[in-house]
Amino acid sequence: LKTMRFMLLFSRQGKLRLQKWYTATAERDKKKMVRDLMQIVLARKPKMCSFLEWRDLKIVYKRYASLYFCCAVEEQDNELITLEVIHRFVELLDKYFGSVCELDIIFNFEKAYFILDEFLMGGEIQDTSKKSVLKAIEQSDLLQEVSCIQY
Amino acid sequence: MALKIVKGSIDRMFDKNLQDLVRGIRNHKEDEAKYISTCIDEIKQELKQDNIAVKANAVCKLTYLQMLGYDVSWAAFNIVEVMSSSKFTYKRIGYLAASQCFHESTDVIMLTTNQIRKDLSSPNQYDTGVALTGLSCFVTPDLARDLANDIMTLMSHTKPYIRKKAVLIMYKVFLKYPESLRPAFPRLKEKLEDPDPGVQSAAVNVICELARRNPKNYLSLAPLFFKLMTSSTNNWVLIKIIKLVSCFCVVKYLGLLAMSKILKTHPKSVQSHKDLILQCLDDKDESIRLRALDLLYGMVSKKNLMEIVKKLMLHVDKAEGTTYRDELLTKIIDICSQSNYQYITNFEWYISILVELTRLEGTRHGHLIASQMLDVAIRVKAIRIFAVAQMATLLDNAHLLTGNMQRNGICEVLYAAAWICGEFSEHLENPMQTLEAMLRPKVATLPGHIQAVYVQNAAKLFSTVLKSQEGSTEGTAAQETSQLMIDRLPLFVQSANLEVQERASCILQLVKYIQKLQQKEVEVAEEVSALFAGELNPVAPKAQKKVPVPEGLDLDAWINEPPSESESEDEQPKAIFAKEEPKHSRSRHTEVDEKELARRREARKQEQANNPFYIKASPSSQKVYQESPGVEHIPVVQIDLTVPLKVPGLPMSDQYLKLEEERRQKERADKKKKEKKKRKEKRSGRGRRHDSGPESEEDITPAHMVDIVTEEMPEMCLTLNHKVCDIQGNLQDGSQVVVSVIFENKCDSLLKSMEFNVLDSLNSKLQRPEGSGPHDGFTVPFQLPPGVSNEARLVFTVQSIVMPQKMKGTLTFIVKNEDSSIHEKLDFKLHFTCTSYLITTPCYSDAFAKLLESGDLKCSSVRLEEVNMPFHHLLARICFHHHFSVVERIDSCASMYSRSIQGHHVCLLVKTSGQTVSIDAKCDEPTLLGNVLDEIKQTFSQC
Repeated sequence: LKTMRFMLLFSRQGKLRLQKWYTATAERDKKKMVRDLMQIVLARKPKMCSFLEWRDLKIVYKRYASLYFCCAVEEQDNELITLEVIHRFVELLDKYFGSVCELDIIFNFEKAYFILDEFLMGGEIQDTSKKSVLKAIEQSDLLQEVSCIQY
Repeated sequence: MALKIVKGSIDRMFDKNLQDLVRGIRNHKEDEAKYISTCIDEIKQELKQDNIAVKANAVCKLTYLQMLGYDVSWAAFNIVEVMSSSKFTYKRIGYLAASQCFHESTDVIMLTTNQIRKDLSSPNQYDTGVALTGLSCFVTPDLARDLANDIMTLMSHTKPYIRKKAVLIMYKVFLKYPESLRPAFPRLKEKLEDPDPGVQSAAVNVICELARRNPKNYLSLAPLFFKLMTSSTNNWVLIKIIKLVSCFCVVKYLGLLAMSKILKTHPKSVQSHKDLILQCLDDKDESIRLRALDLLYGMVSKKNLMEIVKKLMLHVDKAEGTTYRDELLTKIIDICSQSNYQYITNFEWYISILVELTRLEGTRHGHLIASQMLDVAIRVKAIRIFAVAQMATLLDNAHLLTGNMQRNGICEVLYAAAWICGEFSEHLENPMQTLEAMLRPKVATLPGHIQAVYVQNAAKLFSTVLKSQEGSTEGTAAQETSQLMIDRLPLFVQSANLEVQERASCILQLVKYIQKLQQKEVEVAEEVSALFAGELNPVAPKAQKKVPVPEGLDLDAWINEPPSESESEDEQPKAIFAKEEPKHSRSRHTEVDEKELARRREARKQEQANNPFYIKASPSSQKVYQESPGVEHIPVVQIDLTVPLKVPGLPMSDQYLKLEEERRQKERADKKKKEKKKRKEKRSGRGRRHDSGPESEEDITPAHMVDIVTEEMPEMCLTLNHKVCDIQGNLQDGSQVVVSVIFENKCDSLLKSMEFNVLDSLNSKLQRPEGSGPHDGFTVPFQLPPGVSNEARLVFTVQSIVMPQKMKGTLTFIVKNEDSSIHEKLDFKLHFTCTSYLITTPCYSDAFAKLLESGDLKCSSVRLEEVNMPFHHLLARICFHHHFSVVERIDSCASMYSRSIQGHHVCLLVKTSGQTVSIDAKCDEPTLLGNVLDEIKQTFSQC
C-alpha cells in the first residue's frame, strides 16, 4: 500500500477514539471528513463490503467488537493489503494490552499511538514483524519507566 | 495566598492525569463542553509551571482533547518545550503531541530544527526513533532541507531499528525537498540488500513509491527487484514489488509478446483484444508501442483494416518529429500491402492514405510510399483514374512537399507521381496543367533521378496534349505547347545529372523537329503518340519461363557453328560462355527443381486464388496463352472494381479528397509563412559565418581531435589525490567546440555534486543550460565512486580561431568519506590550441602549387635547432600533432598542407640539414600562422 492518507478508530456511537493523518490536512477539513466518513460507515449493514469509494479515496474499514478501524488509501492502492494492515494493528494492540477492548484504547490512547507509530510510519508499513514492533515498544516503555523512577 | 495557589496546583497535578480527564469526561455526559472548558483552564495553569512533568501531563491531556475536536494550537510552544525535555518519557509525549497537532503552517516548527537534529544524533536509539516518527508527521520543506543530511546518515546507522525508520522517512523528505533524492538515492539503493528484512522492506516500499511516480528512471533497478522477487519470502514485500514491476511496463511488454505468439495459432482470440492493443500505441514506452505495432500487423483483416489504419494515422499525426513516426509509416504500408494487398477492399482509400502520408515532413521513407503508389496504379487498373487525379494534384502542389529539396526524403513520391501522370496521361482531366507543373523551373532542384523521370514523362504528356489539341481544330494551341517544351527543356539540358541531360536533349531535338512539322501544318500527334504506344504491364519475375517456345525454334541448336576447340582453349573468356550453355542450364533446372517447382507452383496457385488483384493481361496476349496448354498459371485474374467495396462509417474517397483539399488550403497559407521565416534565419546564419572567416562553409568535417591540456597544480594533486581531468575534444562546427571531459576519481572516497565552471572570455564561452546565468556552473550529471571515471560533454562557442585560447576554470565537488564530507575544489586551465582548429585535409601537389602562386598568402618562417630525429619521424610528428598532411616529399624537403575549420589554408615547406630544421610557412591569416608555428616549435622543444 502506498501512503495511507489517514487512519481512524471510532466507536459504534460515533465517538472518535484515535486518528492519525499522514498528509497535511487543515483542521477544519479533518473534522468534516471524520464526520462524513463516520456517518457513511456507521450506516452500513454488517454484511456489507468492507471497501467503499469515497471522494477520490478508497475507504477500507473493519469492525472489531464495538470499534471501527477505518483507513483511507489512494485509488490505485490494494484494498486487501490495507485490510491486512488493519488486522495486524489490531493483533498488535491485542498482544500489547492482552485482549484489547475499547476502554484500553480510551484510557491509554497515547500507548495506542506509540504502537501505531512503530507499525506504520508516514503511511508506510515500517515493520511487518509483530515481534520486532512489540519489542521496540517494550524497550521504549522500559526506558520511560526508568526515567520515571529517576524523576 | 500564593502558597495556597501553589499547593492547590500541586494537588491538581496529582489529582488529574489523563485517566482522570477521560473518566471525568465520561462522567459529565450532560455538560461535557462545560467540563472540558474548566479542564482547559486547569491545563493552562499547569502549562505556566516550570515543572516539566506537570507540563508533559498537561500536553498529554491536550492531545486527547485535540482528538475530541478542541483547538489546542495555542499550546504549540509548550509542546515544543516538552519535546525538548531530556527525559524520554516527556520527549515521547511531546513528539506525539507535535505529530498530532502540528501541520505545515504551525510557525513554531521552525524552532524545532535544532532540537530534532540533536535527538536524531542521540546515542539512545529510542530518542532517535521518536524524533523520526514525529518528523514523519510534520516534516516541512524547510525541515526536510535542513535535516536531509542527518537522516541520510541515519540510513547507515548500526541499529536496524533506526535504519528502517530513516529509510521510510526519506520518502517524505524526497516529497518535500526533491533535491535530496539524487545524493541519497545510491544509499537508498544499497538498503534494498540490507541484511535486516525490516530495512529491506522499507527500502522496497520507498523505491516502489518513487518508481511509481516515474517508472522510467528506475528501470535500471529491475534486475535487482527481480532478484528480490524470486528470493524474498515476505509477502508484503512481494506485493509491492509485483506492483512496481507492472509500473515498469515489463508486464505489458511480456503480455504483448505472448499475444504475438498466440496470434499465430489462435488469431481469433487475440483479435478480440484489438482495442486493448490499440491502446498500447499510446504508451509512453517505445518498445511497448513497437510490440503493439507488430501485433497489429498480424491481426488485420478485411473488416478491420480501415479502422486500424485510421487509428494509426492519428498516431502518425501525434508522433511528429520522432523516429517512431517513421516506424509507424512503414508499418502502415506493411500492414496494407501484406500478402499482395490481401486485406484492402477499397483501393481509392489506400491511395488517399498514401497521399496523406506524403504530408509527413522529414521522413526517410519517401521511396517506400512511391513504390506503393506505382505498384497499385500499375496493378489495379480500375483505380488509375483516381490515382492519376491524385498524382496530378500532388505534382501541382509539389512545392509543398519539398521544403528542403535535397534532404527531404518525401520528394521521392514525386518520382511516382510524375511517372503515373505520364504513363496514364489519357486519364488526366487537365493534362496541360500537369505538363506545366512538371516543367516548372523549381523541378531542377529535385534529385537527378526524379528529374529524369519528370523529363521523360513530360514527353509522354506532351504527346497526349498534342493529340487532344490537334483533335480540336485550333492548330495554334498545339504549336504553343511545343513552344512551351522548347522554352523549358533547355533548363534540363544544362543539368549536371547525365541521365537528365541525355533525355532532355534528346526530347528537345524531337520537339524542335515536331515544331518544324507543325509549322508546315503537318499533323504529327499520331506519330508522336506512337513513341509511347503500348501499355507497360507488370510481369511476375518468372513469367518468362511460361512463354511457350514457338514451333520450329530449337533453343539448343547452335546459331553459329561452335568455334574450334583450340580457339576456345586459347581464349579463357569463351570458356565462361561454354559453361553457360543454354542446354546445360535448362536440363539442370528441370532435373533438380522438378519437385521444388511443383511445390512452389502449388503455393503460388493458392496465393493467387486468394488474390483478386493479380496482373491483368491484355486480350491479345491471352490468345497466345490459350493456344498452349498448361499455362493457366500465368495469372490473368480479372479485377472488377467498378463498384468499389466500401465499409460503412468511413468517409468516402470523395470526402477524403474534400477534407484534404481544405486542409491543404490552410496549410498552404501556414507553410508559406513558415518557409519565409526559415529562409530569413538561414540567411542571417550564413552572414554571421562569413564574418568569422573567408571560406567558412558548412562542409566542415566533424569528429576532429582537439588536444586540450589541463594544467593541474601539482600540490593540489598531492593533497587531493583523487582525480585527473583528461580533456579531449571534438570540433564540430565553425563556432562550436565540443569538449569531452573525463573525470577520474583516483582516491578512495565518493566524489559528488561536481560543478564544472569556467571563466568565459570574450572569444570563448561555455554554453550553459537554458535558464542559468552567465556565471553559473555546469552541474556534472553523475557521481564518482572510488576508482571510476566518467565522461561529460561540454559545448563551447568560439568566435575567432586565430589565437590559442586558455580558459581558467574550477571544479568544485564534495568528497564523501564514511563519516564526513569535505567540500573541495580543483583549479584547471582549458587550453584550446590553434592546432586543434586545423583539420587534416589532403591536397594534391598541383592544387598546392596554385595556392602558393595565388599570392593571397602571407609568409612566415621558423627554425628548429638540434632536432635529433629522422626526417620522416619529424614529418609524422607534425602530421600527428598538428593535423597536417604531406603533399610532396623530395629527399630532405617536404611540403605540407592543412586547413582550419574556418577554411584558412596553411602551407608548410619543411627543410632539414643536419640537426637544423627550417620551416617556411604560408597562410592567409598571419596571426593564425604565427601561433601554429609557435605550437610546432613547442612540440619539438619538448622532445
